[in-house]
Amino acid sequence: MSSDREKIFSAIRSALAPLPERAAKPDWDNKLPVSRPAGDFDTLEAQLADKLAFASSRYYNDSQKLAELLLSEDSAFGYCDPELAPLFDKLEGITFETEYDESKIDEYRFGITKATAAVAESGTLMFTDRDTSARLGALAPWIHVAVVKKQDIVATVGEAISKFGDDPSIIFATGPSKTADVEGILIEGVHGPGIQVAFVV
Amino acid sequence: MKTKQKIDTVARDLSDEVHEANFIGAKMKSERRYAALGRDYADPDKLRETAGKIKQHTLEHLDQYLEQAEASFTRNGAKVHFAFDETAARQKVLDIMNEKGCKSMVKSKSMLTEEIHLLDFLEKSGKEVVETDLGEFILQIDGDHPSHIVTPIVHKNRRGIAKSFEREGLGEYNDDPETITRRARAHLRQKYLDADVGLTGANFVSAESGRIAIVTNEGNARFCMAANKVHIAMVGIEKIVPTDRDLALFLNLIGRSGTGQQLTVYNQFIGGPKRPEQPHGPEEMHIIFVDNRRTEVLASDCREILRCIRCGACLNVCPIYRQSGGHAYRSVYPGPVGAVLSPLLAGNRFPQLADLPKASSLCGACNEVCPVNIPIPDLLLRLRDKAKREGASEAMKGTPKLGMWATLCSQPSMWKTALTMGHTMNYIPTQLVPHPSAQSWQGTRKLPKFQGGDFRKWFKNRKKK
Ligand code: SF4
Repeated sequence: MSSDREKIFSAIRSALAPLPERAAKPDWDNKLPVSRPAGDFDTLEAQLADKLAFASSRYYNDSQKLAELLLSEDSAFGYCDPELAPLFDKLEGITFETEYDESKIDEYRFGITKATAAVAESGTLMFTDRDTSARLGALAPWIHVAVVKKQDIVATVGEAISKFGDDPSIIFATGPSKTADVEGILIEGVHGPGIQVAFVV
Repeated sequence: MKTKQKIDTVARDLSDEVHEANFIGAKMKSERRYAALGRDYADPDKLRETAGKIKQHTLEHLDQYLEQAEASFTRNGAKVHFAFDETAARQKVLDIMNEKGCKSMVKSKSMLTEEIHLLDFLEKSGKEVVETDLGEFILQIDGDHPSHIVTPIVHKNRRGIAKSFEREGLGEYNDDPETITRRARAHLRQKYLDADVGLTGANFVSAESGRIAIVTNEGNARFCMAANKVHIAMVGIEKIVPTDRDLALFLNLIGRSGTGQQLTVYNQFIGGPKRPEQPHGPEEMHIIFVDNRRTEVLASDCREILRCIRCGACLNVCPIYRQSGGHAYRSVYPGPVGAVLSPLLAGNRFPQLADLPKASSLCGACNEVCPVNIPIPDLLLRLRDKAKREGASEAMKGTPKLGMWATLCSQPSMWKTALTMGHTMNYIPTQLVPHPSAQSWQGTRKLPKFQGGDFRKWFKNRKKK
């Protein structure tokens, strides 16, 4: 008895054998899937900010303002990537842990982790496993703050993809977790963050 | 209204509520799709055509690409499995779970698992399985099935959902969609933490890099790969694309085509187990490539349907789907794509679904919106032909006998004689015409009066303006 693998391969080969010729791979320009910008922007950062808003993510570059958001969302306690702690440890009223404790999954109201890149054309944040200190820290809290360096903003989805390298797990997040399953009504914060923040440094 | 076709019967018997939910849900997504593609691209058709060619090319070299994918995943540290049919596919999942001593699974949405009835099988084998996509979760507690490939509970309304939640002990009756969502969030969170295995599908597979791409809006597939130790990805062999670069094109198309989003909220690219330094996530990744008659489709003259990326755009735009809803198609894949794919995947049950290719007015809208440019109307015609040649009884039901009509049309003299009798049409009530389609037509509309006259004569003598 042949294995399932052999069965599948031989079925594919016999399905394709009668074809007089096989379709060639089309040539296409990297620009093809690049979307039209929604306006004139001087910098990628400005375009990113515009698209983040369009995707209902929030854009911040001032930690005081971020603290105000956290407090207004009843989110004074959270988790923060230890390497990013110096950026946020002087914020009044905000406390966090830098070691993720799974038993506190519902107590951490915010999570601060690194973004590997951000995509200006779509307002997307990109997280690789290498740069993410704790997957749950980026996913489970109500507010996720992704810290992205200005020089890591790329123009297009294609450029972000070309930075994948050999990382085993890469996430693009374009907006907060959401659903429209119930009568098509949009609700944010289904399993993942209800508020997605890009913090540009 | 008298009708013998199953899909018409279902459409006729839908409650007003369900009919409206289906219709509005589909229409809304179509409108968003037009807005998004038009806003973002000068020539969206160029993208669709290119994407279609890439997939056609991949399918016609599938042996090479599948082999390449296998090698790439293995290189990345994932375990690759193959399953020729549904029995093998289900068993593979169970074997992996047993081998690892796993008892419980959280899973994200996958039409393929619906196809092979994985849930029932695992539950009967003593495993706990929880659907985590909100819509799929609601279907699971209701023992129901998806009626749309992207928005599985488009046929349900909030009142029904609230009742189900109350019945399942998820709080008192409350039909506010936000409350429903929050309750599901709280309930499922514990499930994610407790589960041993996370199972996902894949929207695309990059052969070159050995990565699957998964798109979700809720983030549930991410959660299915966060707390547990084993990740199983179940993938149809037709999901392969050659390279990561191709993903830029497909991801830009799938969100806009399906729901009118520039990108779906989460696009995940998984190519192996987590890095050793990462505290969370699966230490093992298994990928199961499933055939389940896809190679039969590949051998057929409808192989283009394997390009499908399951965006749902053809369902949303289809006048038949909008009226009948997804359950009318009596199979996992509804709408235009389902009318082609379901009978083909049915194997020797083809005759039972052979009426589905007739559930189309051949208006061509499905082809026009399809992000991989599948000529669905052509494929429907090919399948109608196949059904006719094989004498599939389901396909013949409700179809008028056209023999007399054909004779009439091929004999000019008979045709002319017949026309002289046209005026009698004005006096015979059409209800009396012993013909189901004439009768159902007459149920809702009136035939205009027969005016007579000679078209050819009129055409010859008319004044050109
Ligand atoms: S056939 Fe085309 S339009 Fe329909 S679901 Fe598949 S990809 Fe989308």
